[in-house]
Parts: sequence; structure tokens; C-alpha cells
Amino acid sequence: MSDQVEHNQQLILEGQHDENQYLTFMMAGEEYGMNILAVQEIRGWEDVTTIPNSPKFVKGAINLRGTIVPIIDLRLRFGIAENEYGPLTVVIVVAVEINGQNKVMGIVVDAVSDVYSISEEQAKDVPDFQDSDNAEFVHGLVNVGEKMVVLLNLESVLNLE
Amino acid sequence: MSIDLSQFFEVFFEESLEGLDAMEAELLNLEPGNEDMETINTIFRAAHSIKGGSGTFGFTSVSDFTHVLETLLDQIRDGQRALTAEHVNLLLKSVDCLRGMLAALQAEQEPDLTEADEIRKRFEVILGMAEQSSSDSQTTAESLSENTYQIDFKPHPHLFKTGNEPLYMISELAELGELETQAFYDAIPDIDSLHAEECFLAWRFFLTTSKPESAISEIFEWVEDDADIEIVVCGGLFETDLTDDSDASIENTPHVKQDDARPAEESQVSVSQPTKTTQAGPAASNNAKKPEPKKSSDSSATSIRVGIDKVDSLINMVGELVITQAMLSQIGEQEITESTITALQEGLAQLAHNTRDLQENVMRIRMLPISFVFSRFPRLVRDTSQKLNKQVELKLLGEQTELDKTVMEKISDPMVHLVRNSLDHGLETPEQRVAAGKDPVGTVTLNAFHQGGNIVIEIMDDGQGLNTDKIRSKAIANGLIQETDELSADEINELIFMPGFSTADEVSDISGRGVGMDVVRRNIQALNGSVEVASAPGVGSTFTIRLPLTLAILDGQLVKVAQHTYIIPLISIVESLQIDISKVSRVGKDLDVLRLRDEYIPILRLYDIFNHDGAIEELDKTLLVVVKSDNHKVGLLVDDLLAQQQVVIKSLEANYQKVDGISGATILGDGRVSLIIDISGLIKLSGLKRPGSQELIVEQKAVGAA
Repeated sequence: MSDQVEHNQQLILEGQHDENQYLTFMMAGEEYGMNILAVQEIRGWEDVTTIPNSPKFVKGAINLRGTIVPIIDLRLRFGIAENEYGPLTVVIVVAVEINGQNKVMGIVVDAVSDVYSISEEQAKDVPDFQDSDNAEFVHGLVNVGEKMVVLLNLESVLNLE
Repeated sequence: MSIDLSQFFEVFFEESLEGLDAMEAELLNLEPGNEDMETINTIFRAAHSIKGGSGTFGFTSVSDFTHVLETLLDQIRDGQRALTAEHVNLLLKSVDCLRGMLAALQAEQEPDLTEADEIRKRFEVILGMAEQSSSDSQTTAESLSENTYQIDFKPHPHLFKTGNEPLYMISELAELGELETQAFYDAIPDIDSLHAEECFLAWRFFLTTSKPESAISEIFEWVEDDADIEIVVCGGLFETDLTDDSDASIENTPHVKQDDARPAEESQVSVSQPTKTTQAGPAASNNAKKPEPKKSSDSSATSIRVGIDKVDSLINMVGELVITQAMLSQIGEQEITESTITALQEGLAQLAHNTRDLQENVMRIRMLPISFVFSRFPRLVRDTSQKLNKQVELKLLGEQTELDKTVMEKISDPMVHLVRNSLDHGLETPEQRVAAGKDPVGTVTLNAFHQGGNIVIEIMDDGQGLNTDKIRSKAIANGLIQETDELSADEINELIFMPGFSTADEVSDISGRGVGMDVVRRNIQALNGSVEVASAPGVGSTFTIRLPLTLAILDGQLVKVAQHTYIIPLISIVESLQIDISKVSRVGKDLDVLRLRDEYIPILRLYDIFNHDGAIEELDKTLLVVVKSDNHKVGLLVDDLLAQQQVVIKSLEANYQKVDGISGATILGDGRVSLIIDISGLIKLSGLKRPGSQELIVEQKAVGAA
């Protein structure tokens, strides 16, 4: 019994050292994760204003309390078939630093799933993807219980250049 | 007891720079031989407060430098010395130098003192001709032997109220040499009548130093009127045996002074000539170097001074807003009836009124008179015309025209460029002018005025005008136009704004240093403005800059394209009309041109450029908004015109990236985002060539022939 407590405490201590929390979301049946510190808020889908001549995955821009925030469809960014937007469709608003500039952007995903604590060592290297475009978007793969979660590299997902 | 002085640095820099501006302006007003005492006083006061301030904050390099400046001014003020043109030039140079030093200090760098030392030497040479040499020799004589001064310092009771702190002076004294201090506290009253804010102490100091007496009196300079100060040379209090020596040194000093004065004077006079000639080289090269440190500090200066009347009116507005709000919430609490609805509507109308007033007033806070930009031109024109050997009169009109501070900061460089161009290329030399039957003195006029929500700045010169033949041949050489193109004079003049129109063979020190007119135009366009040129050979040329008053708010026309709403800046709209299909001709593959009165307007289909589906494509069912950008008219095809309203400009780039044809975004009344069209970007995006280029003109001519 006391061993168990000790073990748990050790786990907690370890957790405090090098674990990051990841927010996970669903997209085309797969679970993806992003560092929770980047997440500003989660909103329902709302109509956007189209930005002319933008890439297909840029859905448009919304007004987020006075700031103009571009919205990016992650399915289209990954080249997955587009989904009808439904009541579960959410926009995760994230703040990332791209080329030294702080940008706030929205990401459209199918649904928000869970929050996990994942240590850096648990994340496995990305296997060689056939399609190298998407490889740069992936930070690593991690097993949580039975499931596999794809950790995203937000900076490159949102770098539109 | 120590106060962190660094918190006042910003204020000091700001005030000093203002002081320098004032000095510069007044110096330019000075006419040697006919100087106005008040002007000299103003210059003196500015120099004096810079010196005082820099001394207080420990910027000794600045205060030492200002000291010589001040000495010269003081002598001129007292009539001991006549002002000469050389003095004015040197003073102006030292204003530049001080600016550089302050900029370096502001950027927390050690200022480069080479230029300052050179100028200072020249000042000392000037001063030396009459008097400085003697005090110089005094300094050298005194520095040989150390003196002990007895300083009696008896502050008046109100000393503290003037913001002076004896402790600082004492520690400053201690830096000069060995200091012994005696404090007298006999004057302290008993505790009942003791005022904490008054000073009852007096001091006697014995200072053994090699520094001259003036160094001591300088420390007390600021309290001269607030204390009894007596400085005498004597022996030390505790080292009485020194007295004899120091007495001897007092006796010696005058002798040395008299003996040395003449030779020193002569030697310095003879030295002065070579110094002057060698100075010109390095001083000029220093000028070229200087802008670098200046740039870095520009970004840090972000405060503005606001007139108290503007703040007062803001407070009034806010008061009214609060009253309206109270009224509305009162209505809200009542039961809703017919009459409350009427009252509610009235209240909302009042709220709209208040908001608008408030908005205008807040905007006005950012507004500064354009004289802030204009004020740098007298100096520029003076220096440049001297360099070019041209006689120029600068006229400034509409200096009180107000302009947004951010716009002002960005417009000044393009204006400097245009004015330099006018001076260098526009105005002729006096001989040429006389030969052309003109007044030998050329005129450059800067004029600013408001025109329907815009500010218009005109830069006019009465010079030779643009040389259309030369521009044309250069444009042909650079491949901008073809030999066969027939262009009107205006179209040729427009060419100078084209990128790639290089004036490389005309490079001089004044203009043509790589920054072309295309950069001027681009900078002005970045401010949502436009620049045009009108020129008549032999009569002169006029550059007209049109700018929005503010970058934050814009009058917009909402238009509908398919299901999208866009905003066209009202200032660029010439007219909106229904298309008379019989006057439309098709040119080339897919360019439609509308004949409107005697002009041909290319029709740009917005839905096509922006790739929107579902818009009306039949020309006779749509509306055409004719817009003008840089003297070039195009028609934008839209489905419908919606409301006109003021919109607050938001950046699309902040979180996204630059979008071609779009200058920014805004939020409409319903909370939706709407994009603002950037006309010149749109024209570029449409692939329509800019005026002056051959493609459009050939097409227009084809239409004309048809």
C-alpha cells in the first residue's frame, strides 16, 4: 500500500518535470494533439468572411472581439476530404509564433476530444511518410492507452508561406 | 535619499530635442548684423536648459559641449561680440551634433564625441580671440598648483521648494577634489516653529582642488538666487601650514594670466586658420554617418503632447456620454410603452451623436499641426541651397493644418525627397533664372490644406519644370516605353514614378541617391494616399500629395459582390453608374472598356479578380463604381451598392498575411468582418498595366480608332 503511494508520488514528481499537456481533437477518425499552452479558446463554427484568392484551406476570417482572425480548415490543410460542418464542428483558437511574429489563428476540427499529459520521451519519432508535405506538420506520435495520438507541429501547420 | 533619475530621462530627451528644434528655428531667423535680442535670448535659454538638464542627469559630454555654446551666446547677448554668419553656421552644426549626442544617449550608447570635440575646438578658437585664451591659461596655471577654496553656502529657507537638494551639490563638490565640510545648525529654531519644508542649515566647505573656481560656481549655478554663496581662495581649515603656499599661488595666478595671455592668443589665432580648413572635410563626412544612430531612437519616441483644451473637451464628451447612458438605462427599467420607445429612439440617436463626437475628439488627440514636419524644411532648404549655390526662398502655407501623428511621421521622408528634388533638379541657378527673365531667387512653396476628409500637401517650385524629352528618352532607354509610343506630357511626367526609372547619371549629394520617386510613391500609397505631378516647362512643377487624415478610420462605400461585402474607400470613388451597354467595347481577349464622356474606362470585374462564384455577370444588370488611383481611372463591377459608413481599419496582416488587392479589414455593425479594397493593388492584381505603360495605351488607342 505504502509502496503504491510512493510510486504514485514519484509519478507526479516526474510529471512535474517534463510532461506537457496536450489538447486532443478528432479529425477523420484520428486523434490529434496540440500543446495546450498554445490554445486560447474553443468556439463553435460560425460563418466566416472569405478572403479572396487565399489557399483552399483558409476558410476566411472572423471577428474575435475586435481582432481579425483567419480560420484554417485542418482537413483541407492535410488534404483530407472536406466534411460538412455540423454542431460538433469546433474552431480551436491558437496563438503561435510564426517567423518571430505572434499570430492568432483558428483551426477547424471535427470535434474536441481530451486533455493528456505526455512527456517528451513518450513521443515517438515520425515514421517516414510517403507524402512529405504532411510530415513536417507532425511533431511526433504517442500511445495513450490503446490509442495513438498524432502530436502536431502547430508552427508549420499554420505557417502559410 | 537617492532618487532614480532614469525615470526622468525620457522627459529630458524630449524637452532637449524640443529645445534644439527651437534653437534651430530661431537660428535660421537670425540675420547677422541685424539680430533681434529676443531671438538670441530664446536660443540662449534653450541652450541653458539643455546644459542644466544634462548636468543634472550626469550627461557631462552634453553639458560640457553646451557650455562653450552658451558662453558664445552669452557674449553675443551682452553685446561683447558681434554675431557673424560663421557663428550661425557653427551653432547650427552644434545643434546637429547635440541631436546626435542625445540620440546616442537615448539609445543608451556612448555618444561619438569626435564631431563634438571638433566643433568645440572651433568655438574655443572663436572665444579665444578675445578672452578664452586668458581663462585657458588661467586653467593651466591653476592646474599646476592645487588651491583650497573656502565656500560659504547659506541657503535661503525656501531652497527645498525650488527642488534643489544640497546633498547632490555637496557630493558634486566632493568629486572636484578633497572636501571638508562643516555644517552650521545654529539657525534651527525650536521644534514648535520648525518647518520640515524649510532649510535652516548652512555649510562651510573647504575644497582642495586643481579645478578653477568656475567649476565650483557652476555647481551652485542653479541656486545662486536661492542662497548666499561666497567662494574665496584660502588655506585649509585643518592644514593651516598650507596657507602660505596657496596664498602664494593666488598671487601668482594673476601674473601668470597676464604673462601668458598674449602669446597664447597669438598662437591660437595662427592655429585657427588651418583648423577651419581641415574641419570641413571630417564634419561633412560625419554628417553622412549620423543618421544611423538616429534611426534606432526614433522608434522609442512614442509619446505625444496634447493640448489641455483637447483633454478638456474629451472630458466634456465623456460626461455627456455618461448622462446619455444614465438616461438609457432609466428607460430600460421602465415598462415598455409607445412613449418609452420614442424616448429610447431619441436616446439612441443622442448616443450615436455622443459616440461620434467622442470618436472625433479622440482622433483629434492624435492630430498635430503639420508645422511639425514643415519646420525641418527651412534648415534643409538653407543648407541645400548653399551647397548648390542657388538662391531659394521657402514659403510655408497652412502650417496649422492638422494631421494624424502616424501619418505625419511617415510622410516626412517622402516630402524631404520631393523638396530636395525641387531644389536640385527643379530650380535653376541664379544665372539661368536671370537669363530666362525670372527673379534670381527661386521659390519653393509648401502648402497644406484639408479637402474633404483628406489632407493635401503641395510642393511647388517655380523652376524649369520636368524635362519631358529627357524623361522620355530615359524611359525608352530603360525599356519602360517603346520608341513608337505617343504619350502626352502628363503621361510622360507620370513615368518618373515608375520603378526602374533610374536617374543614375544625375546622382548628386542632394538627390538621386538610390531612393527613387517610385519609393516616394510607394511610401505614400502605403498610407492610402496618392501623389501626382503637374509641370509646365519654364514655369515650374507641383507635386501634390493626398493623404487620409488618419490611418485608423476611413469613409467607406459598402458594395456587394456575389454574397460578399467589400468596402471601397470613399475618397477614391469618382462616381457610380449604371452601365450603358452600347458604350462598352471589348478590347483584346477579355478587357471591356466603357466610353464615359471623353474617357475610356477599363472595367474590372471584381468577382473575376477575387474568384467569387454567383455574381451577376451581365454588364447591364450590375453597377460600375468608377475609382481613381494615381491619376488613373478604372471601373469596378459590383452587384450592388450598400450603405456608406465610417469603418475602423483593422489589420488583416497581423494574424494572417498580406492579401493582394486588399488593404485591410473592418468589422461591420452586425459583427461580421468585411475587407477593404486597395485600388492600386487591385489594378496590379487585375493584370491591367499602369498608365504610361504601353499595353493599356495601345489598347485605348485601338478603341479610339474603332
